[in-house]
Amino acid sequence: MSMTDIAPAPSRLRYIWNATLRAFNTNKTSWVGLVIFVIVVFLAIFAPIVTPLDPLEQNILQKLKPPSAEYIMGTDGFGRDIASRLTHGARISLIIGLASTVLAMVIGSAIGMLAGWKGGRTDILIMQAMDVLLAFPSLILGLIIVAMLGPSMMNIIIAIAMTSIPPFARIARAPTIAMKEREFVDACRALGFSDMRIVAGHILPNILPEILVMGSLWLANAIRTEASLAFIGLSVKPPTPTWGGMIREGFENILDSAWLVIAPSAAILIVIFALNLLGDGLRDAIDPKLKGES
Amino acid sequence: MTAFLIRRLGFAVVTLFAVLTLVFVLVRIVPGDPAQVILGDQASQEAIMALREKLGLNRPIHAQYLTFISGALVGDWGTSMVTGRPVIQEVLNVLPWTIELTLISLVIGIVIGVPLGIAAAVKRNRFTDYAARIASLLGLSFPPFVSALLLLLGFAILLPWFPVISARSGSATAWFQSITLPAINLGLITAAYITRVTRSAMLEVLQEDYVRTARAKGVPINAVIIRHALRNALIPVITIVGLYLGILIGNSVLTEIVFSRPGLGKLIVGALNQRDYTMLQGMMVIYTLVVVVVNLATDIAYGVADPRVKLK
Amino acid sequence: MSAPTQPTAGPVLSVRNLTTSFRVDGAWRSVVEELSFDIGPRETVAIVGESGSGKSVTALSTMRLLPPANSRTEGEILFDGKNLLTLPEEEMRSLRGNRLAMIFQEPMTSLNPVLTIGFQIAEALMYHRGLDRAAAEAEAVRILERVRIPAAASRINDYPHRLSGGMRQRVMIAMSLACRPQLLIADEPTTALDVTIQAEILELIKMLQDEEGMSVAFITHDMGVVAEIADRVVVMLKGRKVEDGPTSQVFKAPREHYTRALLAAVPKLGTMQGTDQPAPFAIVDQASGEMIAPEPRDRRVDPETRPVLEVSNLVTRFDVRTGVFGRVSARVHAVENVSFALRPGETLALVGESGCGKSTTGRSILRLVEPVDGTVLFEGQDVRALDKAGLRAARQRMQMVFQDPFASLNPRKTVGDAIAEPIIVHGLADATGAKRRVAELLTRVGLSPDMAGRYPHEFSGGQRQRLCIARALALKPKLIVADEAVSALDVSIKAQVINLMMELQEEMGLAYLFISHDIAVVERVSHRVAVMFLGEIVEIGPRDAVISNPAHSYTRKLMAAVPIPDPDRRKARRGLSTTELPSPMRKVDYVPPPRQWRDLGNGHFVMVEQ
Repeated sequence: MSMTDIAPAPSRLRYIWNATLRAFNTNKTSWVGLVIFVIVVFLAIFAPIVTPLDPLEQNILQKLKPPSAEYIMGTDGFGRDIASRLTHGARISLIIGLASTVLAMVIGSAIGMLAGWKGGRTDILIMQAMDVLLAFPSLILGLIIVAMLGPSMMNIIIAIAMTSIPPFARIARAPTIAMKEREFVDACRALGFSDMRIVAGHILPNILPEILVMGSLWLANAIRTEASLAFIGLSVKPPTPTWGGMIREGFENILDSAWLVIAPSAAILIVIFALNLLGDGLRDAIDPKLKGES
Repeated sequence: MTAFLIRRLGFAVVTLFAVLTLVFVLVRIVPGDPAQVILGDQASQEAIMALREKLGLNRPIHAQYLTFISGALVGDWGTSMVTGRPVIQEVLNVLPWTIELTLISLVIGIVIGVPLGIAAAVKRNRFTDYAARIASLLGLSFPPFVSALLLLLGFAILLPWFPVISARSGSATAWFQSITLPAINLGLITAAYITRVTRSAMLEVLQEDYVRTARAKGVPINAVIIRHALRNALIPVITIVGLYLGILIGNSVLTEIVFSRPGLGKLIVGALNQRDYTMLQGMMVIYTLVVVVVNLATDIAYGVADPRVKLK
Repeated sequence: MSAPTQPTAGPVLSVRNLTTSFRVDGAWRSVVEELSFDIGPRETVAIVGESGSGKSVTALSTMRLLPPANSRTEGEILFDGKNLLTLPEEEMRSLRGNRLAMIFQEPMTSLNPVLTIGFQIAEALMYHRGLDRAAAEAEAVRILERVRIPAAASRINDYPHRLSGGMRQRVMIAMSLACRPQLLIADEPTTALDVTIQAEILELIKMLQDEEGMSVAFITHDMGVVAEIADRVVVMLKGRKVEDGPTSQVFKAPREHYTRALLAAVPKLGTMQGTDQPAPFAIVDQASGEMIAPEPRDRRVDPETRPVLEVSNLVTRFDVRTGVFGRVSARVHAVENVSFALRPGETLALVGESGCGKSTTGRSILRLVEPVDGTVLFEGQDVRALDKAGLRAARQRMQMVFQDPFASLNPRKTVGDAIAEPIIVHGLADATGAKRRVAELLTRVGLSPDMAGRYPHEFSGGQRQRLCIARALALKPKLIVADEAVSALDVSIKAQVINLMMELQEEMGLAYLFISHDIAVVERVSHRVAVMFLGEIVEIGPRDAVISNPAHSYTRKLMAAVPIPDPDRRKARRGLSTTELPSPMRKVDYVPPPRQWRDLGNGHFVMVEQ
């Protein structure tokens, strides 16, 4: 046996970093997605600096102005600056999207791993409950939960998280079962490790990439659901700007002021597309079955 | 196969009961007294009591549950608090509109999505593949109301080819005009989804040993793709498309609103805005029924497509 | 076996300077280099080599089944006067499955699950002979009969999942023979099969070859199979031909060091006859070609010492649930009334074919699966009576090594962490102590301590198995259950790992429960052998007694089926039979019959056959 052909051992951090870099490089479109998303986050964080006009200040004299030097994206029916409303609306979209996705990811993965690990009747029971939740069209479920609880940011986060738990449970369960059937889990049991140590210390790190990648795809989904709810009129109360709400308001004037809907529509589309590019590229990179040369 | 179907049927019944129970609970965990919420702050104590009586809210919870479940099963879903007509009547009036839209969109999605997905998988990492992937990713990024708005803006306002409001009169032209834009909107999004699913299922199947076997015995490449690979790839596609129908029904809500088209979507949003609780309850029951039926149909299709199911 | 024929009319297939490369990360890397060989009419040529030798790629290059996007073939492959590598795809397709056929290793995945087997056989006839479907399926029935599938006519409408692995490989053979090809390329066709089924399939291929007068290219890693079937041998290493020649010449007088090393590492059933102790493999130095014989040592086990493991009347069953309510409709009697004892420093081999319950027995002892009855005494302690904490403590001293070393290491942990973790979890040492111990263990299994920071994927298969052994040793166990621990390794690596295991046994007084389907390996390593069939031990006793004088009819059948890597000891024609391994699945109300044992003396027991 020659040991010489083995590369020098990298440190663990370096290893993870290299893997991530490799993931990005195998799929260059993920870079595009990442860059766009980072720009959007930047715009949202620095909204008051990037767009100094007050997004709430009404100015009837300036209402429904098309894009100009002063109002680069025009004004809405109350004379408010659309550019400012867009950057401030990004905050709402991102906060709701991130919070609901993280919530769903944590709860859903825990449920899925539990079901996968326990197997048998526990598994059947949990997954049937998940299927029942999944059976409901997610937008309708979200809609009803928000309608029942009342439209506040917290309730929207809960509603969107509720609809995303079953998919995360499914995503976490399948690889947990696959891992459980691999011999290293048996090896861990034979070494006298506790269930908790095996699940948290050995299985979770292995399925985490898959869950995180799905997270980036579901973030896109959550942002879309929030926009849809806002379009129906079920989101953070006006006058707080939301993208879906802006489209809803602009819809009334669509015949003569199309820019009212085009600007927020484009914003939603760009963010979701960027996240999809990112998540899709990462998924290709981590899925060995679909990897380039194999 | 029979045992498989009986088991799936049993599961459908369990799902139905579970969702009905969920609906029952959801409507009752509304913060505050529903009667109070419905009638508003100004309502008198007598009016609230009368409404509570009418809604059966004074009765014990299990009695309410039994009434609700048995009513739901025989089609007695109460009367709308706004129009006073039976809920089932209101739902059945608009149901055909939604079913029509959903089915046509699904057909458009399959007709475009399956061939495109196959082409992308076969021409992997070449132009066709990249184009199909970017197009489908873009399609998936459109919130359905945004794409609907753009279609409306483009083909009903800028180019006035189609009506802004999709009313329907008797003639075939009018029907065609009213359905085209909504169906294209949902159909393209569905196609984007089916393209992706078909592509990845095909990619997986094309690597299977039996595809190599087929090539080793000299089967022409087209027959390998269609008969050997696609037949197998369809099995996961059917399952995922079945699950996707739930999303499609949700998307139809938004499409119906933008195109001012009658249907379950408009009905549910109207009920939400007017706080018509009995109507909402009925809507949830109908959605559940639709989903359960769709899932059952998916299972049957799955059983037909996969001979191994007969064994289980 | 057709006598080695001098090709009178030129070769059927002539490979000249074949070089096949794959594009990996943008660079072309050759997998087969400058390979040349011929296959004459009616001749069987075995292409042998270990993993990575390029033997399968040679087969796929000949069939032109490699993906054109990232593979490249150069040289010439002449078949029937035509160079296959330059033939237009359409012409190549009309040869495949027609004049040139191939069968693959994995019968379980090589058949299309959604098409009937009748159609899959008929397909080639429809394309190459222009038969309509009815005529082609009628012909398919005749072909199925020729590959000895019972009740062929009724099988034609079955889907592949209803057939066992052996039956599926018969269907694959039928499929490839449908158009009476001139050349059959068989890529490890029996590797995935049990040894008795393997014997039948080899017999079938030989016989069909005689009937059809075709040539066979037989690709395999198994020298026993080569000796059994081939007229000539091509030995490959890392993409190049090492040597070729008539089978008997290559076996008797190998010219190259590599071939000599390879043959030395192959265990030969029967070579240990007359000895009662295990013996390590002689290792041939691949550079000098010199044979390094192992030092003879006393590996006797004192029969008076208290056994470390005593298993009595162990029963493990699995419920099979079906129907709407998941009622228990049947039970798999995986382990049925199994008893044996194992002493310190002793190796007991548990042999049998797939589904015989040997793995389940090993797993039941560690309670990785829960037995339903019987007792397992480990160091005098009743394992079945232990609570969770007690069991975890007991597992310190009984360890397991699995078949697939890659699957049994966590891909996201460095090997150092993987070995240190059990030490720390069981409180045997603190972090520094564990680190020191890891270094010690790595050295002990023949690796270097500075490899502790690497990840499993950076190691080769044999090194990974060494890591698994190091991890098992971390807890200073008394018993190691080795479940097919060397089965997935290449022969030369296998010999080294086995030698390591024997050294460790001697050093630490380890007891091994050596679970294996490979009887030639078992003969080498074990003191005693137990043969399992349908969940029961049918024969148990000293190794030499069981292997040289098998008393039970199943043991005899099993021993007869083992291919011997010696062309002079080629077995006489056994005649064609079709065995289906019976299933241990039983009805719920099944009561196992009472068994009687015959004592043949010296601890050799055999179950009395009804």
